[in-house]
Amino acid sequence: MSEEQIKNLEEQFEARIARDEKIEPKDWMPEKYRKTHIRQMSQHAHSEIVGMLPEGNWITRAPSLRRKVALLAKVQDEAGHGLYLYSATETLGISRDEMYEQLHSGKAKYSSIFNYPTITWADMGAIGWLVDGAAIINQVPLCNTSYGPYARAMIRVCKEESFHQRQGFEIMMKLANGTPEQKDMAQDALNRWWWPSLMMLGPTDDVSVHTAQSMKWKLKRKSNDDLRQQFIDQTVPQAELIGLTIPDADLKWNETRGSYDFGEIDWDEFWQVVKGHGPMNKERMKARVGAWERGEWVRDAAMAHAEKKQERKQKQAG
Amino acid sequence: MSTKNWPLWEIFVRSKNGLEHRHCGSLHAADADMALENARDVYTRRSEGVSIWVVESKNITASNPENNGELFEPAHDKVYRHPTFYDLPDEVKHM
Repeated sequence: MSEEQIKNLEEQFEARIARDEKIEPKDWMPEKYRKTHIRQMSQHAHSEIVGMLPEGNWITRAPSLRRKVALLAKVQDEAGHGLYLYSATETLGISRDEMYEQLHSGKAKYSSIFNYPTITWADMGAIGWLVDGAAIINQVPLCNTSYGPYARAMIRVCKEESFHQRQGFEIMMKLANGTPEQKDMAQDALNRWWWPSLMMLGPTDDVSVHTAQSMKWKLKRKSNDDLRQQFIDQTVPQAELIGLTIPDADLKWNETRGSYDFGEIDWDEFWQVVKGHGPMNKERMKARVGAWERGEWVRDAAMAHAEKKQERKQKQAG
Repeated sequence: MSTKNWPLWEIFVRSKNGLEHRHCGSLHAADADMALENARDVYTRRSEGVSIWVVESKNITASNPENNGELFEPAHDKVYRHPTFYDLPDEVKHM
């Protein structure tokens, strides 16, 4: 194809997206669109998969059967969300194995929030309430994104996600209304998860490199700073309601903006964690790669069994 | 690395009797039986289905969007295939 033809196709392509048309797997698309989507969607899938680890940590020690079934269901949902997203990403021409390889080798990133440890039961509450809360704010606009398979996967994810946040808030509420020790535990979890949750919504707009292009492709409908403000405005009253204090001395309602002003985010910490120096980066990858390697003989055996069954069937038919 | 990867399957779910099976996504499985079991866990955790079809992805033949012109445009100018193309006197209320 000549350069002019490509340019022509690109213009038509951008116009389709501007008209709110969806792009489907077999449609022509610019290489950059394909690559950007593979990167963002696989990163999203990896986050769901690695995201199971911090919570999986507490399944055996959930304080009641009610909490245990809920946490199990939530972690199972995360596995499901990872699978929806992996299969949607595969429609762009990358194989599942390549994506796993990228995750396991550290080439692909996942949400840095999962590199923090879950040291008490209250962390299950804080993750559901704050981390899933921030994730929902990120994900809802993606239900309308331009790439059809991604948009459809996000619709399923968002439908299922709201129970995650509610179960987390309920855990926090129960602890906050419990004994002084329980309330302290809830406050401590909020103190540790608040800032990482704000960071989860991404770098500030002035340093975010992909924003303009992603807005055009509807991979992003609102800027990181807008999403962060929305998250803060919605979460602060919820904390007040259950008597917990947001760990930010500069947090103050701004009458003219109709929003909360908030303190400086420690972006050095964010970049340290992104670069692999968070408290749990190594453990997470060790657990993930270990599970993949220990499962290899099972995958091989399942394939061998399937082939044997197929052969037997063919012999009987022949 | 495994010697052979599990193939990809397309999953179709009937949400209730009376409705058609609808494509809802894909997954990897060693064979059709495992694809059915995995589909149950991945796509019907909240009673989304009463019946599942699985088809190995490589068995699906899809039309090419580049041929959409030849394939679908001829229908655009055949307005006479729609009831609104025909003139009826106002007296005819239901037809």
